[in-house]
Amino acid sequence: MKIKNFLYSQKAAPYVFVLPFILSFCFFWIYPLFSTITMSFQDIGPAITEWVGIKNYQKLLKDPTFLTAILNSAEYMLLTLVLLIPFPMLFAVLMDSRLVKAKGFWKACLYVPALTSVVISGTLFRLMFSEYKTGQMNVITAALGLGTFKWLKAKATGLAALVIVCCWRWTGVNMLYFISGLKSIDTALYESAEIDGASSWQKFKYITIPLIKPTTIYVLTISIYAGLAMFMESYMLWAGPDSPNNIGLTIVGYLYKRGITKNDLGYGSAIGIVLLVVALFINIIQLIFNGTFKKEER
Amino acid sequence: MKKKLLATLLTAAMTASMLAGCGSSEAATTEGTDAATEETATDDAAADDAAATEEGEVAEGEAEPDAVTTVGDPNGTHMECWSFVEAHNTFYAQMVEKWNEANPDRTIEITFTTYPYADMHTKLLTSLTAGTGAPDICDVEMGQVPNVYEGLDTWLYPLDEAMAPYAADMLTSRLDAYKGADGKQYGAPFHVGATVMYWNMAALEEAGITQEEVDAVVTWDDYTALGEKYLDAIGRPEGKYFTSVDTAGVDWMWIAMASYGEDWTGGSNDATANVQLDSVKKMLTMQQGWLESGVAQVSPDGHVDLEAGFQNILDHNIVSFPKAMWYMSRFINYMPEEEGNWYITPCPTFEAGQTCSVGIGGTGTVVTGQSVDTALAADFLCYAKMSPEGNTMIWNDLGFDVCNTSLWSDDAFAHDTANQYNTFFRNYPYDVLNEIKDQIGTVMTVKISPTINEQFCNVTLNDVLENGVDVEEALQTAQDVIALEQ
Repeated sequence: MKIKNFLYSQKAAPYVFVLPFILSFCFFWIYPLFSTITMSFQDIGPAITEWVGIKNYQKLLKDPTFLTAILNSAEYMLLTLVLLIPFPMLFAVLMDSRLVKAKGFWKACLYVPALTSVVISGTLFRLMFSEYKTGQMNVITAALGLGTFKWLKAKATGLAALVIVCCWRWTGVNMLYFISGLKSIDTALYESAEIDGASSWQKFKYITIPLIKPTTIYVLTISIYAGLAMFMESYMLWAGPDSPNNIGLTIVGYLYKRGITKNDLGYGSAIGIVLLVVALFINIIQLIFNGTFKKEER
Repeated sequence: MKKKLLATLLTAAMTASMLAGCGSSEAATTEGTDAATEETATDDAAADDAAATEEGEVAEGEAEPDAVTTVGDPNGTHMECWSFVEAHNTFYAQMVEKWNEANPDRTIEITFTTYPYADMHTKLLTSLTAGTGAPDICDVEMGQVPNVYEGLDTWLYPLDEAMAPYAADMLTSRLDAYKGADGKQYGAPFHVGATVMYWNMAALEEAGITQEEVDAVVTWDDYTALGEKYLDAIGRPEGKYFTSVDTAGVDWMWIAMASYGEDWTGGSNDATANVQLDSVKKMLTMQQGWLESGVAQVSPDGHVDLEAGFQNILDHNIVSFPKAMWYMSRFINYMPEEEGNWYITPCPTFEAGQTCSVGIGGTGTVVTGQSVDTALAADFLCYAKMSPEGNTMIWNDLGFDVCNTSLWSDDAFAHDTANQYNTFFRNYPYDVLNEIKDQIGTVMTVKISPTINEQFCNVTLNDVLENGVDVEEALQTAQDVIALEQ
């Protein structure tokens, strides 16, 4: 009887339902988070683990490679923001309009890359960006009369390759977010605007943009984090965490190199914490400016 | 009442789906087993010991094992074995059967799991640190050796006793590479990885260069001269070179160091690394000269062990290059069209009489201290990787230059025409190996090695070979960076 009461209790039920999530969240997110913080103050050796205070962080501050990694990640993040918010939004509006035929086909085309494994697509892109004359990109540039490039050896072309892979992969996903945002806008608003004689541009500017702001903020937030935390794309393009003059080194790439390749998990953890702080800082600033923390105006 | 029925139904459905989940995963495991058993080691492109190169390539995001398979006597001692190359596990599995036949009183059953490169080493290090969860036997790639061997006998079980029956025949320089700081043997090698010179004799003959001329190359000066002769003969067309130099691999530097008996790591974990060695300077200066005179090009995508490198070789854009003997499997797997074209000789040296080869890459398989029966595991491991039976299988299936030197001059082994490696090249690979038997140097892989490799592959070699930076200057920069890490 007691069990029955518990099972049918309206008070307990919600907790029971969210319990699996809370448990996995604590176990796989909260616990590792705190354990990473502790580890970042330690020197983790094979047999002995020592507390070393802020030594790992002091070393980070003096580490020029880490600076390179931060700058690379930041540049990459900014470029992806510039490309991965306006264009998916534009595609979403197009998909939502009457201008495009066979929408399902186009949506699928844009979304399929997100379903492919980065390992496979990364390898394919690495082969495409090969500096050898038969590399796909070199075939294209040579046909255009631009000659061939050592794509993955120079900073600009290397970054371009990374951004191309990223856009190829994430445009469809971001577009889907925007489409779902657009669907939630009441069509009556557009109709009344039309009656008032608003042009398409005005409708987009005064109705679409403000009303999909929550979606935009969401996409912006995850894009900032995804940009800073990028690893696989670079790892696959350069077939490992090493790239010429570290042009493809990202913060997580450096974390991997330190933590795994060199088995210095303490230092790796410190890098991870810095990444977390940077991403949190940027996102909090961004969210404040977007007014997310303001009380909802009614 | 309705609610109750619904709840019961839902619960039933959930349980059913869970069970179904178990069932399907079980089925998947069995399938994996079948596939793994059916697959012969030679089929597998991974047999090439892909991760044996210094870059530690091949890593995937998933921690999912690629294949799990259990082999052996179900009544024997049960053990676990991990590898990052499926062909290695297939090889061990065949050796388990042989072991059980030969040792009916000490039979074993081993569950083999293949993980992606990075995952396996991470899992191994984590379980060794934690003191639980490690397998009995585990492959350790050369680049990870300093990390894993750091735990010495608290983590690992020394093989000295188990390898005693074979030790006399084993190539000492290779065993040394897998010793711990305490001088005990912790790893069993697969191969020597001796560097040799690969020559495209077909292309050279077209240019009027004979095998005698190639055989006559002793020093790098001879090599350069032959390169000029080749290029003159073919009229120096664009895109054709004698060799290619690497910006993303340090093999050439190792070859140079071995010639002078130098080692930039200093030779142990406590030694001070020094990359400003004469041998390295000489090699880099010579390579800069080659690039200027057109004898060499920079390897497309950084080194010859990548797709672009294979293509470059297939297109006959380069006609000679030095590489470890395990590169033979790349020919079989990626360049089968080249059969009959290539000829193998010892590498040139700076001065006649210097050490002409160096062991590169490798897998030092360990027995962990957590093993259920450390002595048994060690005996099996040494049997598999050091005995003549095991080494014959390594040569036939994996195509490696085995470390048991007693086989090298054995005609049935080294000249066996059933072995595809023996027939692919113009000469017998082991004839070359016998010739350089006493000239295989060692460059140690220690704690600072990843830092040195990283600095060279990322910065130094690119600066010197791509951007024309002065050798002394580039090495000074490298030394400064490496010193920071010590």
